[in-house]
Amino acid sequence: MIAVLLAQTIAITGGTVFPVSGPKLEHATVLIRDGRIAAVGTDVAVPADATRIDATGQWITPGLIDGGTSLGLTEIGAVRGTNDAGVSNDTVAAAFNVAEGINPASTLIPITRIAGITTALALPENGLIRGQAVLIDLDGPTLEAMLVKSPVAVMAELSEQTMAAGGGSRAGAAARLRRVLDDALEYSRRRADWARAQIHPLAASAADLAALGPVVRGEVPLIIVANRRSDLATALRIGAEYHLKLILAGAAEAWQMADAIARANVPVLVEPLDNIPSYDGLGVRHENAALLAKAGVRVALLETDTHNARNLRQQAGNAVANGMAWEQALRAVTLAPAEIFGVADRYGSLTPGKVADVVVWSGDPFEFSTAVEHVYIRGREIPLTSRQTELLERYRKLPPTY
Amino acid sequence: MRRPIPYVVVALAAACATTRAPAPASAQGASPAPSPPSAALRGAPETTSVMRPQFPSTYERHPYPPVLITNATIMTASGQEIPHGSILLREGRIVAVGATVPAPRDAISVDGTGRYVTPGIIDPHSHLGVYAAPGTDAEADGNELTNPVTAEVWAEHSFWPQDPQIALAIAGGVTTIEALPGSGNLIGGRSAILKLIPARTVEAMKFPGAHYGLKMACGENPKRVYGSKGQFPSTRMGNMSGYRSAFIQAEAYRRTWDKWNADHKGEPPERNLRLESLAEVLRGNMYVQMHCYRADEMAEMLDLGREFGFHIRAFHHAVEAYKIADLLVQAGTAAVVWADWYGFKEEAMDGIPQNAALLEHAGARVTLHSDDPGGIQHLNQEAAKAMYDGRQAGIPVTRDQALRWLTANPAWVLGLDSVVGTLEPGKMADVVVWSGDPFSVYSRALQVYNDGWLVYDRNDPAHQPRSDFELGQEPLPGSDR
Repeated sequence: MIAVLLAQTIAITGGTVFPVSGPKLEHATVLIRDGRIAAVGTDVAVPADATRIDATGQWITPGLIDGGTSLGLTEIGAVRGTNDAGVSNDTVAAAFNVAEGINPASTLIPITRIAGITTALALPENGLIRGQAVLIDLDGPTLEAMLVKSPVAVMAELSEQTMAAGGGSRAGAAARLRRVLDDALEYSRRRADWARAQIHPLAASAADLAALGPVVRGEVPLIIVANRRSDLATALRIGAEYHLKLILAGAAEAWQMADAIARANVPVLVEPLDNIPSYDGLGVRHENAALLAKAGVRVALLETDTHNARNLRQQAGNAVANGMAWEQALRAVTLAPAEIFGVADRYGSLTPGKVADVVVWSGDPFEFSTAVEHVYIRGREIPLTSRQTELLERYRKLPPTY
Repeated sequence: MRRPIPYVVVALAAACATTRAPAPASAQGASPAPSPPSAALRGAPETTSVMRPQFPSTYERHPYPPVLITNATIMTASGQEIPHGSILLREGRIVAVGATVPAPRDAISVDGTGRYVTPGIIDPHSHLGVYAAPGTDAEADGNELTNPVTAEVWAEHSFWPQDPQIALAIAGGVTTIEALPGSGNLIGGRSAILKLIPARTVEAMKFPGAHYGLKMACGENPKRVYGSKGQFPSTRMGNMSGYRSAFIQAEAYRRTWDKWNADHKGEPPERNLRLESLAEVLRGNMYVQMHCYRADEMAEMLDLGREFGFHIRAFHHAVEAYKIADLLVQAGTAAVVWADWYGFKEEAMDGIPQNAALLEHAGARVTLHSDDPGGIQHLNQEAAKAMYDGRQAGIPVTRDQALRWLTANPAWVLGLDSVVGTLEPGKMADVVVWSGDPFSVYSRALQVYNDGWLVYDRNDPAHQPRSDFELGQEPLPGSDR
């Protein structure tokens, strides 16, 4: 079955192609073969055996990537047994990798992908160090079939949510995070001493410290959720002290220190429609993404409502309405997250050799008037159906037939 | 120069005509001065609290010069979209709308070239002010979770006019809200219908003549809140018995008061705040605004209304309304819905993006709502999603219909459809000028007029209200904050 699918060749012809890695191409062809992008251009020879998709007048982009979800990890918000994103009672849970909590049968997955979101970061929740995030394609019967990268990053948080982990103060939380990172270094250097119990008590379990090894070696990124400017500054400080591959997320007041973030070369994950002030981020504003991008910060845009991850398009459109260049916004939901999550060699642009996550739109993907015409994930054309489309069809005419 | 606006009087007269009850008027009181006792009461031996004004509106129109917006696309929400049209606002009223409107000498002229003009957006389901930012426990005033029936509480008594979210919603083109108690109780309390303007007191925001709503809630929330405490109700059947018991008491209370109002024999009965609200529902003066998700439960609530003889004005959230569109049409009950929210709890699992379109197509009265301080800022976008999601599924929805989801229909839900909700001469000048098509993600509200007053201008910091709360914070040049 898989072999048959992979052998498919698909030629999407005549559309306006936004490769993201380069300028847009009018009347261009995207050739997909064996689940990969084989060719992109205005003079691509279409093989005789290819399935032709006429996309004249339509727009073609890479599949969108949402870096702010718990897709696969939640079904019904209020039903505890369907939520696997977080481990409670464990403030340092670096060893917790969400992957095996992912349910490939989640009804949210088809609902999301038929809106053109093909790839999502599944994030851990709760805790000073929440655990490990993984990137998944939104298609496949098994975890293995969906997984793009695991782990993508370890995730931590410095905010009002995690003060308790530091004894009730932000300063305490930062100090505890440092102690854990120190001991991750210590543990990786003195593993033998640890095994012989010839080491001082460590600030976290061996499993958590081992999971942080690649983080303190700068191999795996640390995502720090922080919103208040002082917390963002603490995160930058810790990133510099430990030479971390740091990513900031949430980042409500990041616009206030955009230049410092740009200088530190730290990317930021932002939700453009976030503007409700709280004491954790009184300066939150709609222009955050645009101002960061203007300062030269690498920005990826998020929709953090997992059930409505499909509204990533609306988020991107609003980033544009609030000052971000349209091309930047498209990049911020495709190539930028691919780069930030370390998969730009395979994802994020329509480039020969990359995984064929491709969406054909009736027009501008950020506009409400635009329909999704075709979705390809790893070269497979996704049927545009979901539990919601089935409900629609059942109740289109009343009374329904059951 | 300030004068109370005339609809006040009209609305009060109407309220008096439909009920002889002097008890808590259905309409949010209007005159800043205590009203004189009505004729029916003149023979009363002494005045009691029930005869005195109860938190009357002190709303007054802010004086502002006449405004003529020219050469804009005027979306009237009454069937027309006028390209290159003009609209004249004067003394809080829409005076003229059309392809050509004579320019009065004293009017401020606004060049609407490339712009779109719509009625002000009405959010019939908001918790602004009762769950104010910055979102601390100190400001969580929306759910009186100490008894499953709290018809005696009024949302306005929790409302904080300095909620910084108010200015954000104004910048999104919203001119009127219904601020509701939360949904933790079977009967949560009275709503407040408010002009969305900066003000020092909630009374100064109260929409004169609006019908109070009574917030009721079915389904998971009340049974979870009380069931988890080992209290009543803990099941849906418990919920239903709770409403019925409350209205049985209210029937008796209403009879007692109606009799006394008619003959004034003996001492006036003792007031009971809880039963006063419920009796007003039974008299048809107060509108039932019912939080309900599941189709089968909405059908049961319609039966509850039939048992006690009250009409449910609207089901709010109503994610399964599309399954019973025909029943809602029959009942004349509106569906107040989101564009696409679903899945956050079990009773919300069957929400679909075509809910609004299917309802519209079936002839039901559809209204969007936010229930959210973020969503209220872009209700135009929510309408766009709901319209296009319908169209893309082959369900025809016109732009005028989708605009009515935000304006004329919520005006009806609040009993204000003769006052606001469309751009027609004589209506209150609640008007939004958009940078472009309001159904585009790239459009923003440029100007918002509330009762003819320029309450927000995206390009003029002098017309960008900020709450006291925001003072002393980082300056936000060029922001909509």
